[in-house]
Amino acid sequence: MMTRTSRWTTYFQVTPLALVFLIFLVIPIATIVVVSFFDYTTTSIIPAFLSQNYEELLLSPVTWQTYLQTVEFALITWVLTFLIGFTLAYFLAFHVRSATWQQVLFLVCTIPFWTSNVIRMISWIPFLGRNGLANMTLMKMGLIQQPLEFLLYSNFSVVLVYVHLYTLFMVVPIFNSMMRIDRSLLEASLDAGATSWQTLTNVILPLCKPGIAIGSIFVVTIVMGDFVTVRMMSGGLSASVALMMANAMSLLQYPAAAANAVVLLIVVLLIVAGMMRVVDIRKEL
Amino acid sequence: MAKLNGGIGRRKMLKGAGIAAGAVLGSTVGAPTIWAQNNKNIVLRQFGTGVSAINEIAEKAKKDLGFTIQMTALDSDACVQRAVTQPNSYDIADIEYWMIKKIWPAKVLQPFDVKKLTYFDKIVPIFTTGKLKPDSVIAQGTAPSKVGFVDKPDSTAFASGQTGWFTMVPTIYNADTLGIRPDLVGREISQWKDILDPKFKGKTSILNIPSIGIMDAAMICESAGVMKYGDKGNMTKAEIDKTIAFLIETKKSGQFRAFWKTFDESVNLMTSGEVVIQSMWSPAVAAVRSKGVACKYQPLKEGYRSWGDGLAIAKHLSGSQLSAAYDYINWYLSGWCGGFLNRQGYYSAVLDTAKANMSEDEWGFWMEGKPAKGDIKSPQGAVMEKAGAVRDGGSFYERMGAVSCWNAVMDEDRYMVQKWNSFIAA
Repeated sequence: MMTRTSRWTTYFQVTPLALVFLIFLVIPIATIVVVSFFDYTTTSIIPAFLSQNYEELLLSPVTWQTYLQTVEFALITWVLTFLIGFTLAYFLAFHVRSATWQQVLFLVCTIPFWTSNVIRMISWIPFLGRNGLANMTLMKMGLIQQPLEFLLYSNFSVVLVYVHLYTLFMVVPIFNSMMRIDRSLLEASLDAGATSWQTLTNVILPLCKPGIAIGSIFVVTIVMGDFVTVRMMSGGLSASVALMMANAMSLLQYPAAAANAVVLLIVVLLIVAGMMRVVDIRKEL
Repeated sequence: MAKLNGGIGRRKMLKGAGIAAGAVLGSTVGAPTIWAQNNKNIVLRQFGTGVSAINEIAEKAKKDLGFTIQMTALDSDACVQRAVTQPNSYDIADIEYWMIKKIWPAKVLQPFDVKKLTYFDKIVPIFTTGKLKPDSVIAQGTAPSKVGFVDKPDSTAFASGQTGWFTMVPTIYNADTLGIRPDLVGREISQWKDILDPKFKGKTSILNIPSIGIMDAAMICESAGVMKYGDKGNMTKAEIDKTIAFLIETKKSGQFRAFWKTFDESVNLMTSGEVVIQSMWSPAVAAVRSKGVACKYQPLKEGYRSWGDGLAIAKHLSGSQLSAAYDYINWYLSGWCGGFLNRQGYYSAVLDTAKANMSEDEWGFWMEGKPAKGDIKSPQGAVMEKAGAVRDGGSFYERMGAVSCWNAVMDEDRYMVQKWNSFIAA
């Protein structure tokens, strides 16, 4: 009697979450998968079961080029956000002794988030432009004769903005992992004769793995799915996978965009699965 | 991400509203017409491109007609999307002629009965017969007359000639060309191909809206002698291939600084000196000038790429709402809007009524290509041109008579977009 009641209770308790997932995750994704097999014309979407959308997508060198470019953006951004994020978190966790100052400095890190993503992105444009602040300053200082053109509307500016926007996503989980490290482990490490570099690489880094993994998932998935930053900061000169989709959608080519979305979803899931294999986030949390 | 998009759209609209704010309307000539005012509770929802979502027009309509026009500004692609996929979300579609070629077959709009359009006979013939003057040749592309009529209200194909069913009532149109920074180009610009001059390496831009960008590209290719098109507005696959190949080559050589997609981007590129020659829209040139930066809307030997906006009505409209829509559109053509639009540098569909709403000097400057006698002011009262200035490109007939092609949707649209994507990705 008891067991039966508790089983019903369990079902009852998971129902809301299951429903939310069903309505907002499973059904939309299923719809995207179904539509990706539809046919389309300039004005209408025709229910069908065609592989043409996938063939056009996967057989086109443009797709491969774009995926490669997007992965490249993700990889460079990941490396830079990791290096900066880890250093920042390390400083906050181990160099700042007072808990109050830790709190204060941590809050300082979040200040840029008080304005919107788009604004923080766009504000780079006048700074990096041909006649922008950066070029003007360098020229006035006599360091360069000609304005540096690569600063804006290039892959450089795209990555710069990614790093600016997403480093905090690395800082927070890594900082969190670091704060959980038992300080006596560090003392033990030093007592056992390890240098501080060895302590960093052999003790702190492995113990931060869950935080690094969580931060990496954030950064990689966001960059893989981004189209606004690429379009604004490359001045339309570079492409990303999501930008391809946005272009297709704006011309009502929903099935083509859906096929691309399915492929991107698979790629990103594979990347995340790869990360989860290296680090078991749940076990180490 | 969709949310972000919406945000940008809203911002653009707010900006439009900002320009509109604090408007001091110029002197209105002629007695205002009294319109039926028994329809105060009616609200007509209108969406359109930022070009024509003008708050003053909605306000003036409210005053003259009594009912409310709610305007929403979207970018071109979003307009087509909204029109086709959310047909019940609007009453009036304020769209471009090339868009209607895509939207009409989706059966979401109904045609106008020309008998109910007070000023139908006075509409500039570009939109009816297709010929500005009896001896004009209809330009390439989606010329308004080619998609202006249907045989029956429910037919999905366009009629070959004039009928009693008008798909769209034209409101705003213009002839586009390249904008230049006369202070920075340092040479005479006279042809579309001048954008390819190695001197301007890394200082040029074209727009990244595939259906319009490809036309500018075609104008450039034809001018540079890369190829000759049967119809720039309806290219064959081979023509598309060759055009895109040329664009990719040009892009790889570093000729382009950026590609722009919105009005603001084009203004910023020009104002900041990132580019010195680029595809541009007329009010963007005015916006650059209003910041005190020299900018010229350069007429070119090969002619203009033209576009036209109009109002269409949603299929679901009926009864008092439908008659309100007719009232609104008849009011639109009755002169006040025409004068307002002409004074912004656009053209209105009915010239006579607009003329009655402009001063002689304004009409001479904007429409006849005459030197301004006094300062020329925008509808908001800001000085746009000093006395003595002459409009770039001259009179209405000089400009609209030199249209080489209209913004278009091609039969090979799907192929073209794939190719355009490959150009951006290259």
